[in-house]
Amino acid sequence: MLPELGQISLILSLLMACLLACMPLLGAQKNNSALMQTARPLVYAQLFFVVLAFGLLAYSFTVHDFSVAYVQRNSNSLLPFAYQLSAVWGAHEGSLLLWIMILSIWTAAVAIFSKQLPDKVVARVLAVMGMIAVGFISFTLFTSDPFTRAFPVASEGVDLNPLLQDPGLIFHPPLLYTGYVGFAVAFAFAIAALIDGKLDAQWIRWSRPWTNIAWAFLTLGIALGSFWAYYELGWGGWWFWDPVENASFMPWLVGAALIHSQAVTEKRGSFKSWTLLLAIAAFSLSLLGTFLVRSGVLTSVHAFASDPERGLYILTFLIIVIGGSLVLFALRAPNKDESGQPFTAYSRETLLLLNNLLLTAAAFMVLIGTLYPLFADALKLGKISVGSPYFGFLFSLLMLPLVMLLPFGPLTRWQKDQPSKAVKLLAPWAILAVVSGAVSFFFLKDSGFKTTGGVIAAVWILLGTFAFISSRFKNSGKRFTAEMIGMTLAHAGVGLFFFGVLMTESLSIEKDVAAKPNSTFSMRGYDFSFEGVEQVEGPNYVADRGTVVIRKDKQLVTTLYPEKRMYASGGNSMTEAAINSKPHRDLYVALGEPLDDKGSWALRLYVKPFIRFIWLGALLMAIGGFVVSFDKRFKRRNANEANP
Amino acid sequence: MNPTRIRRIWLIVLLLVVAAIAGTLITFAMQENMTYLFTPTQVKNNEAPKDARFRLGGVVCEGTVKRTEGTLDVSFSVTDRVNQVIVQHEGILPDMFKEGTSIIATGKMQGKEFIASEVLAKHDETYTPKEVQDAMKKAKELHTKSCGAL
Repeated sequence: MLPELGQISLILSLLMACLLACMPLLGAQKNNSALMQTARPLVYAQLFFVVLAFGLLAYSFTVHDFSVAYVQRNSNSLLPFAYQLSAVWGAHEGSLLLWIMILSIWTAAVAIFSKQLPDKVVARVLAVMGMIAVGFISFTLFTSDPFTRAFPVASEGVDLNPLLQDPGLIFHPPLLYTGYVGFAVAFAFAIAALIDGKLDAQWIRWSRPWTNIAWAFLTLGIALGSFWAYYELGWGGWWFWDPVENASFMPWLVGAALIHSQAVTEKRGSFKSWTLLLAIAAFSLSLLGTFLVRSGVLTSVHAFASDPERGLYILTFLIIVIGGSLVLFALRAPNKDESGQPFTAYSRETLLLLNNLLLTAAAFMVLIGTLYPLFADALKLGKISVGSPYFGFLFSLLMLPLVMLLPFGPLTRWQKDQPSKAVKLLAPWAILAVVSGAVSFFFLKDSGFKTTGGVIAAVWILLGTFAFISSRFKNSGKRFTAEMIGMTLAHAGVGLFFFGVLMTESLSIEKDVAAKPNSTFSMRGYDFSFEGVEQVEGPNYVADRGTVVIRKDKQLVTTLYPEKRMYASGGNSMTEAAINSKPHRDLYVALGEPLDDKGSWALRLYVKPFIRFIWLGALLMAIGGFVVSFDKRFKRRNANEANP
Repeated sequence: MNPTRIRRIWLIVLLLVVAAIAGTLITFAMQENMTYLFTPTQVKNNEAPKDARFRLGGVVCEGTVKRTEGTLDVSFSVTDRVNQVIVQHEGILPDMFKEGTSIIATGKMQGKEFIASEVLAKHDETYTPKEVQDAMKKAKELHTKSCGAL
């Protein structure tokens, strides 16, 4: 009975979304305020029904209602409670429901926090978000209904994919989706502005905090996914340039560009069309990501089912959204006489333009590398995979100028400035950065050019950002706005991130060994002693657990217990790596397989210097994004008002 | 010509040059890092490259996985149920590597054997890579469990 209720409430939410997509839009066209005012109640009604449907599906999981096909396939009675809940979004159908719920929450948030906006804008923005909801809810209902019953009813469920039985899964998809879907807000604002035909700086000011928050969530989602792959897949890598990772990275890059170009458009009125285009691109790439991951075009842990009907539906939806918004853009984009204030060759505008070019070029490069194999396959050119060196090489090439120019941005004035001023301020720090790079090259063991590059990039960005803070301090009277604090944090995060990446890439040691019991292996001063493997039992699995004692200079550092688990529900074994982490290095041990009957095992031993800085940097970037959105200026009706 | 027009022409020339450089770089980087997928039958028919790296896809043939005791050396046969190729690998095999499941190995031919530097089997029966699935369509029609000709 309850699953049917869930389905009915999903149908009702589709109805609400359909009304939301039409009535307020019609009202805005005809200047009918009664029609426009239907927007908010419809949004809340849609949210109510979606949450109800989601709650009912979650309830089916907690009571082990295996008559529901989706529950039967993705749960079983031994599954721990927390994973029963996260299993709701553990596979295709439920993850779509999560997508819809997050979209509804974002839409409701826009409805609540838009009191200061004109009715027309609110009506149009909410209607555009309603259209997106129509697309996704109908997709779920018609091709991937999570409430379908299974006959005959199985007495036991299959199980949640063991790879997904991890705390990482509880948070990774919701964070990622919150980011993806968040770009829908900037997209809706852009479409609303295009429909309206009036493109003042105002609408950008309203959409800026939303973009920042969405981007921050996406940052967290990607970082968590990377962290999860690092400790769960047992390979010790943190990024593989896998198509699925690329799918989330493209909107992230374009989102980062959008954040910067929105700042220019809001403050100076320049780059209007470009900002609109980026807003459309960021959300289109989010949709493309969903399409790539969910359609079964790509195979990976994330691609749940290959169903041509689903793929075709998303593809059609994608074409309508991208094609429609680009046509609208072509017809209504602002023409030249509306462009903003002029600027000279050396100004903050130029630097931000370079930032945008580099970030979008990077996104484009990732797009080509990700889509080319798909096109080649479709055109029968052979089955190709593009290796990670392609991405690694071109990405570093594009990020090099970005890192070099980054500290100049905040120190340069809008419109017109003297390059010598920023150079004078930054020169000592640049010298210090190069010197510390040289020191690391000659005095750090095993260091190479990448290590040096990592040190230089980190010192340069951190000190350059610090130079901005101190110069701001000296020009007394000027306060630090939330926007500046957020920017400083995010830029420092970029520095830490590149430091972590380059140090890990250049200084890591990875060794696969055949280990007899009580044998010892030395890597970078650490002695790994393998003491053997024993059997242990977990709540829904049995495991082989290895014991590896790690010493440095005869002093005990830690004892690690890597596991190889077999889940009761059957299927494949799972590697659980054991990691000992310090800020300056991770020690990583994973069990391979038994090699003989005398207790020898294949072991994976890694020493990964500074790897935590990668995620620490990402975390700082995300915090920066959140902080920026708290800037008081965004709350005002008009930027020129002295106090809100 | 007026100065605005000259400036605009320069801008266009500059953009073209940048685009050309970017295009060349992308093409080169891509060519260098592209690996094609081949099936054992294609390898037998000499369609796969002799000296370049490529990916070999197929099923791990039942009863062919052999370890050299006490080392990480392992050898096994990969089949598309029509032909098979012997693969040599040194390292730890992924969790989902099992006899009878599909894998993708990356490496080079050395004589008649494939020396794999990487073996991927991220996918169980439900998550077989599409490329391998296609390659094995023929095999499915044969309804056989044999590993094919060496």
